[in-house]
Amino acid sequence: MVHVIREDLLKQLPATVEPGSCTEILSHEPGRMVSQGAILTNSRWMATLGVLSFTAIAVGLICLHFGAQPIAYGEVLRALFDTVSLKDSTDETSDIARTILLQVRLPRILLGFLVGCSLASVGVALQALLRNPLADPYVLGVSSGAALGAAVGILFGVGTTFLAETALPACGFAGGLVALVVIYRMAATYGQLPIHSLLLTGVILNAIFSALIMFITSILEPNRSYGMMAWLMGTLTAPTYGSLVALIIYLSIGLFLLFRHMRVLNILALGEESARTLGIDTEQVKRSLFMVTALVTGAVVSVSGMIGFIGMVVPHAVRLVIGADHRLLLPASALVGGTFLMGADTIARTLIAPTEIPVGIITALAGGPFFVYLLLWRKDRLA
Amino acid sequence: MSGTSQHQAIGMMSSDSIPLLGRSPAYDVESVRFCYQSNESQAARWVLDNISFHVQEGEVLGVVGPNGSGKTSLLKVLARLMTPQQGRINLFGQDLAAKAQREVACVVGVVPQDSQMLFPFTVAESVLMGRFPHQSRDRWISGFGWESREDLAIAEQAMMTMDIVHLAHRSVTDLSGGERQRTVIARALAQTPKVLLLDEPTAFLDLQHQVEICSVLRRLRDERGLTVVLVSHDLNLVSQYCDRILLLDRGQIVRLGGPDEVIEPAVLESVYRCRVLVDRHPSSGLPRITLPGRHVSGDA
Repeated sequence: MVHVIREDLLKQLPATVEPGSCTEILSHEPGRMVSQGAILTNSRWMATLGVLSFTAIAVGLICLHFGAQPIAYGEVLRALFDTVSLKDSTDETSDIARTILLQVRLPRILLGFLVGCSLASVGVALQALLRNPLADPYVLGVSSGAALGAAVGILFGVGTTFLAETALPACGFAGGLVALVVIYRMAATYGQLPIHSLLLTGVILNAIFSALIMFITSILEPNRSYGMMAWLMGTLTAPTYGSLVALIIYLSIGLFLLFRHMRVLNILALGEESARTLGIDTEQVKRSLFMVTALVTGAVVSVSGMIGFIGMVVPHAVRLVIGADHRLLLPASALVGGTFLMGADTIARTLIAPTEIPVGIITALAGGPFFVYLLLWRKDRLA
Repeated sequence: MSGTSQHQAIGMMSSDSIPLLGRSPAYDVESVRFCYQSNESQAARWVLDNISFHVQEGEVLGVVGPNGSGKTSLLKVLARLMTPQQGRINLFGQDLAAKAQREVACVVGVVPQDSQMLFPFTVAESVLMGRFPHQSRDRWISGFGWESREDLAIAEQAMMTMDIVHLAHRSVTDLSGGERQRTVIARALAQTPKVLLLDEPTAFLDLQHQVEICSVLRRLRDERGLTVVLVSHDLNLVSQYCDRILLLDRGQIVRLGGPDEVIEPAVLESVYRCRVLVDRHPSSGLPRITLPGRHVSGDA
């Protein structure tokens, strides 16, 4: 066996390293780990996100093409270009296509991208936070809390007022936050939040919230009750640009706060105790991350209902391919989640058009086998 | 060693009786009491009951005792993972409770008892996380920021020390118990700590790696003046590798002193409630314990 501890090398490392004191070590060890691809580097980060962004745009264009009536790619590009350059259409015949494209398909595709992005990002954060690769907002009960909030809002007629665009995400946020506060209070013992009691509380809350949502659904008149059922199953309906902007404001605040924590998420993924020994105030970080999670989940659930598969599978799958470093995992999962939901929603609205399938069903049917395939492929490669 | 029976009568040895004079204590623990029930209940059982001792800078201190004697709790209190209800702990002359978690992390490295690895970080990434407390705050709060060349050099050095450079690209989820333990120790070393706290560092290791880790710890102590506090069930290992041994029983210090002062049949029998045989290690001459043979009644 050649397990020789390099005792001679210990001498070279001072007990406390002052800045700039490592020149000697550097001179004979020029970043072996980097060349092995063992750590995330700037170039790999740029390359990965570049490819994923390009893919997202390409898929977006393909999704714009498909619909009840396919629109030629040339037309799609011309319409987008004209819109960006604020040029009025001169061609009478393409006006209808252009209206469909810009007023129906584009906002819906953007919505799909935003929702997918947010669900995947929240999934990444919760998985690291709870050290459970199966955690997502649904497991914790945050989504059903948000859904309950939005359902209560709909019950009292918020959904039909002019306030709907900004008020429903707020209802969702309030519901999600109530769920998190209850979870926090129930699970908090000794001033800390043990992970297992947190998950258990989530399971219990989920059951209660689901029952309350069903209760609200059952007392609504049949028309609205059907609408609520469809919304709960997870559907993306073409939003107005006003509601899209409201959503973007909610999400950009939440996602910005989330992205500030990427390095902290790396350390948290080691476990709470290890994170504290590496200098993180875990209680404070957990509190702020839960707030962000509630904010993003509430906004997303209020517009798209319960699309429950993306937050769990996308981060998991992306992690298998690109590794666990959250500095890449979080933005990459966001892009993949957005792209995935755009594509899934396009299938949902075209497969048996003009009837639409709830996109939650498509994501589960498409994502599940893909996930199994990834697991098998990974196992082969390791063997 | 001078008369063992006198030491027995004294009960607890003075912590300054070891030739490490002239150095400031790494830890100064004074009348510390700790229990897990933080609320008012009077009948709370102290897990650590009125403990006072010093850890000298640059010594290897072994903490031993029966199950539930408070060894791990003591380590967690020293790591500032838990705050004692009473008493005071000074780390290099400064109040531990008043320090921020990050400040402590720059000085104290911790190797916990069980390090589960759920996420597929590579070994190199995992070791590099040890640099986290040293990286400037604005860089980590911003989420981005790459490790400096200095961070890379220190992490690489720690990996060489623990002989895991060849595993750099492997996922920590695929490692054997010994490889994982060496990765965690390397991460703690990458913190460039002055004090290393280890909880059962050799529990899952084969003989070869037990010996390797213990000699690395002694080596780090000699070369860099690293202070090591090591919790272990293995009395023989502690006897061979530690400068001093702290024997705990039901939250109280039974003895603190060199191996000859602590590894004594009468002391161990009263604490562990079983007979042990103590003789001398054939090469080091330090005390060595053996469990009684089959024909003797009573077991651990």
